[in-house]
Amino acid sequence: MSAEVKPTRANKPFVFNAENEAKFQKLLTRYPDTAALNLPGLWLIQQQDGWISYEAMEYLAERINIPVTQVYEVATFYTMYNLQPVGKYHFQVCRTLSCELRGGEEILAHLTKKLGIKPGETSKDGRYTLTKVECLGSCGSGPMFQLNDDYHEWLTVEKVDEILAKLP
Amino acid sequence: MAVQEVKVLSAKYGIKDSRTLAVARAHGGYSQIEKAFSMEPAQIVEMVKASGLRGRGGAGFPTGMKWSFLPKGLDKPTYLCINSDESEPATFKDRQIIENDPHMLIEGIIITCWAINSHDAYIYIRGEFVRQAEMLNTAIDEAYAAGLLGEKACGKDFRVDITVHRGAGAYVCGEETALIESIEGKKGQPRSKPPFPAVVGLFQCPTIINNVQTIASVPYIIEHGAEGYRKFGTEKSAGTFLFGISGHVNKPGVYETELGVSMKGFIEDLAGGVWKNRKLKAVIPGGSSTPIMTPKEVETCMLDYESIVEHGSMLGSGGIVVLDETVCMVKSLKNLLYFYHHESCGQCTPCREGTGWIYKIVSNIEAGKGKMSDLDLLLELADNMEGKTVCVLSGAAAMPTRSYIQKFRHEFEEHIKLGKCPFAG
Ligand SMILES: Cc1cc2nc3c(=O)[nH]c(=O)nc-3n(C[C@H](O)[C@H](O)[C@H](O)COP(=O)(O)O)c2cc1C
Ligand code: SF4
Ligand code: FES
Repeated sequence: MSAEVKPTRANKPFVFNAENEAKFQKLLTRYPDTAALNLPGLWLIQQQDGWISYEAMEYLAERINIPVTQVYEVATFYTMYNLQPVGKYHFQVCRTLSCELRGGEEILAHLTKKLGIKPGETSKDGRYTLTKVECLGSCGSGPMFQLNDDYHEWLTVEKVDEILAKLP
Repeated sequence: MAVQEVKVLSAKYGIKDSRTLAVARAHGGYSQIEKAFSMEPAQIVEMVKASGLRGRGGAGFPTGMKWSFLPKGLDKPTYLCINSDESEPATFKDRQIIENDPHMLIEGIIITCWAINSHDAYIYIRGEFVRQAEMLNTAIDEAYAAGLLGEKACGKDFRVDITVHRGAGAYVCGEETALIESIEGKKGQPRSKPPFPAVVGLFQCPTIINNVQTIASVPYIIEHGAEGYRKFGTEKSAGTFLFGISGHVNKPGVYETELGVSMKGFIEDLAGGVWKNRKLKAVIPGGSSTPIMTPKEVETCMLDYESIVEHGSMLGSGGIVVLDETVCMVKSLKNLLYFYHHESCGQCTPCREGTGWIYKIVSNIEAGKGKMSDLDLLLELADNMEGKTVCVLSGAAAMPTRSYIQKFRHEFEEHIKLGKCPFAG
């Protein structure tokens, strides 16, 4: 599963903002056991901060009444939780078969060159993160990548350049 | 005769704003609830049994029969989980339902809840589908506002609540017991069975887990009855199926047909045939784990559960991949094995070690550093990875390995003899 990671401290406490607190309260009514809010809770944290610090995990553990180790176990098991800050633009390029057959490797090579970072890296200015990921369920419209929350499909080198040029 | 689309589940695709409640209703959405509520739950289970509907998530287990395994008269709630994890490489059909007709899924969920006496449904959706999760939540909110969900679902004295639960990037969570663990707030590691989820499932209660497409098929069955559904397909493979086709075809995408049509016809008539006028080299018929097929096998194979098994593979999740003559088989196997190694949850040794080992051997062969004895070693490892683990992910890695070597052995041998990949130029 996910790579070796160490708990990262933000050196400041975490609390849900009002919007996420409301979402959290609504979720509490939907499960018979507060532990079930482990994954949704981590999502709320990531939505709020962009990543999940150790302090945030401690906070969640207390809110849903489970040991912090269980939060940590889950946070490290699933690949989508960012346990360190990521760039403003996070490119997740699919490397799996259907995309590879349609030129996925070329897209990854092009992005690597354009962004000046390798998969797994974040640019020094904190603008870009590049990740290689497994099948994202867009196999019929590959090659593709996910840029933050959105999918970009039917990619070509030209299309990638257009997307890059439009980023604010 | 040319293979044609049959629009049962995809009937509303392409209609403007088909995702909204108003448009869904204008085109028959929620029209089967009243009929379903007028039936005894057991009658619905019988009807779904008689329809021959089989699970569309991969294993093809008869849906009505699964529902009838729920213990009776227990003093515990029953849960319904909709499997929308959709992570099997080459599979991208369920998102079409969510993007085009989420209300059909919700209608199916309400009817299923009534049939199995459940009040709480969880839709487990893969985390990357951020937009699709939003679409589902929008549709669910609309349904609540219209009184279709909640304390009195559709005006009946029967509560139905639906909650969308997002995964976070683990393929194994599509396995039903890993999915349960994941909703409960744990790592997605499969549980050993028995007990089966129908008896001890989510929160230790009886639980039914069904694929999105399976549940979306339920309203049609209520409307047209078992016989109406059986109009499509074959005796043992009833109904229609949303097949996803990707790779080297001119028109990749999702096409709904009845089961039992010709595989070759499907590829040619609906997906536009092999691209760039190239020759067909191989087909993976039902998602990345299903054994690969040769053009000769494709020639006579039908798209239904039995025919694909007779041709040495499986219908699986209906994710078809077409490989043209330029594909290096060793490289494409390497790609898939990397996936399975990456996604192993790590609790069983044959899977944790085996997926890494076979990936490494195949990588070496691809790089021209293989030995002839590696091929038999791979087959032996594949045998040892199957049937000895908590879930079938380990076997899912073994099946392509074995079939690639059996059917394309000469390419592996060529890599070894040449000391390099003959396709790399
Ligand atoms: C590793 C693994 C991954 C799976 N992924 C999915 C999936 O993404 N979607 C799905 O519906 N079923 C998936 N399944 C099958 C489910 O475990 C289960 O059989 C299915 O959801 C039952 O629904 P059905 O009877 O309607 O097909 C997977 C199974 C395994 C072993
Ligand atoms: S077979 Fe693999 S994925 Fe399945 S439970 Fe065992 S280690 Fe986990
Ligand atoms: S293989 Fe790339 S999205 Fe499925």
